[in-house]
Amino acid sequence: MEVRTPREAESPPPPCTRLHLAAAFFLPPRFTPRRVRYDRRYRKLDTYRFISWFLFLPLLVYLLFVVSPFLQAFFYSMTDWSGFSSAYNFTGFENYERLWNDDAFWDAMGNSLVLLVLAPVITLGLGLFFAFMLNAGGRRRRNEAVSGVFGSRLYKVVYFFPQVLSLAIIAVIFARALSPRSGVLNEGLGAVGLDSWQREDWLGGDLALWCVLFVLCWSFVGFYVVLFSAAMSAIPGEIYEASLLDGANRSVTFFRITLPLTWDTVRTGWIYMGIQALDAFALVNVMVPEHGMDVVPSYLFEKAFRDGQAGYATAIGVALFLVTLVFSVLMMFVGRRERIEY
Amino acid sequence: MSEQQHTEAGRRSGGVLNVFAHSFLVVWVVMAAGPLIWVAISSLRPHADLVADPFGLPTNLAWENFTNAWTNADIGRYTLNSLIILAGSLTGTMLLGSMAAYVLARFSFRGNRVIHLLFVGGMMFPVFLALVPLFFVLNNFGLLNTRQGLIIVYIAYSLPFTTFFLVSFFRTLPTGVQEAATLDGASHTRTFFQIMMPMARPGLISIGIFNFLGQWNQFVLPRVLNVGDPDDAVLPQGLAALMVQQGYEGDWGALYAGVTMAMLPVLVVYVTFQRQVQTGLTAGAVR
Repeated sequence: MEVRTPREAESPPPPCTRLHLAAAFFLPPRFTPRRVRYDRRYRKLDTYRFISWFLFLPLLVYLLFVVSPFLQAFFYSMTDWSGFSSAYNFTGFENYERLWNDDAFWDAMGNSLVLLVLAPVITLGLGLFFAFMLNAGGRRRRNEAVSGVFGSRLYKVVYFFPQVLSLAIIAVIFARALSPRSGVLNEGLGAVGLDSWQREDWLGGDLALWCVLFVLCWSFVGFYVVLFSAAMSAIPGEIYEASLLDGANRSVTFFRITLPLTWDTVRTGWIYMGIQALDAFALVNVMVPEHGMDVVPSYLFEKAFRDGQAGYATAIGVALFLVTLVFSVLMMFVGRRERIEY
Repeated sequence: MSEQQHTEAGRRSGGVLNVFAHSFLVVWVVMAAGPLIWVAISSLRPHADLVADPFGLPTNLAWENFTNAWTNADIGRYTLNSLIILAGSLTGTMLLGSMAAYVLARFSFRGNRVIHLLFVGGMMFPVFLALVPLFFVLNNFGLLNTRQGLIIVYIAYSLPFTTFFLVSFFRTLPTGVQEAATLDGASHTRTFFQIMMPMARPGLISIGIFNFLGQWNQFVLPRVLNVGDPDDAVLPQGLAALMVQQGYEGDWGALYAGVTMAMLPVLVVYVTFQRQVQTGLTAGAVR
């Protein structure tokens, strides 16, 4: 903040200088007359000129391609726009009414909600388990309350593999693995004598949702192992030593010390994983054969770009947005507690 | 219990737990890396062998799978498309993102907080809400099914997180250097490019890796906005198309070779820079 002298604040610049200053805003400094450049107001102008030219392009791109489509979505969701032509009629809440009575939409929403609830539970559960094993499962050394397992760096490197791959690649791999003919799953079941467990329709029928859930968890567990073990290694060793002196065993240590002290990270991870699970578009779009199952994003995609019901599709988008919003807000409040400083 | 017994018991339980921990950890290593290794092995086996026994090891190495995937199935072209787009979008994201972040972090002006919130708000919303209008926005600009269009959209959708991350990073940098530069008569632009950017390098690298992986692996945006000529597909799109195609024509060897070629460079880069990648990506989750 610069300090203004009272005199400066009192005297507004004469109109002529003001014009010069305004022109200087748009001119490169070398074309600015010296008289203006040595004006005491020029420095402030220079700063503002810099701020506006640095913000102009990022803001323009962002407003055009992110903000404006978001805002338009709410408007188009109330029209009967097909998307093929620019003609549309305003229909009010008709799309939402149709949505309310659309069984296919509710099927997709049901699948999405199952993923939203189960995927974080499984993924974060496994992530916490492996992270705790990495950080506290080691052979206890002298003078150390907890110790990481040998080679924990290596484990973390391998666990993270799926995270750096595209979900499309993962979907291709698992589509092949789960395919009915010479897919690894069926062949593997046959090889260990469980022929009766072989299925023709791992990805086509009711099982598709569980396959998607499995692949989703598989691809994200490693990420949370790394995330949680970073949080766990930030817990000071003295706390573990104190609990050891009090005679706590590992499970007590985990539930009374590790989990509460990493709770903030777990909760953030929960929101993050929930939103990722709600998407699952790449998996369903690539892995599941057509009409196998839908999640909300894939249903939206079909309506918009196959059936030519762009207006209706944006209404689905708004519904998805509401679910995301409710979920995030809920998670913000559920399980909120005092931040523990150590 | 005496002190000695206590540590004795502790060591024994530690030993049991050590075995217990390692066995579970190894199971997940197999789970995580197994499918990828299986794909890599299968990419060296001819199609007929894969049908007969999907688990076998390669008897004679079928390198032609790779040439088939690279040329016939156009994996080479898709890789090139991805590279071209990434070159533009990553440069643009880093440049625009750091410009906006620098101004928001180091200058106080009217509207600073509003613009900051506007950018940060973009992280909260699902891409799918905006997808349909975005399609038509691009169509109106004549950018649909073009590389420039995809580049700009990648930049736009990477800006919220990039800006958010870099604002907090620029704030941590010392102010003294910036003041010294101003006193020496450096302009704001010069201060930014020659002093602040080099000082922010660790932050730029973290967010750069984050954006590299995100944009390289992007599937939804090209699936919607890049549907013109199949030759223009990016790598994840191309692989998905390849799977459908090979399902009918039946050359799984080539499919696995394609997946392997898409997978290996990313994994090699990751293993080389694993520390930065892990911190960069997990910093992305903890907002």
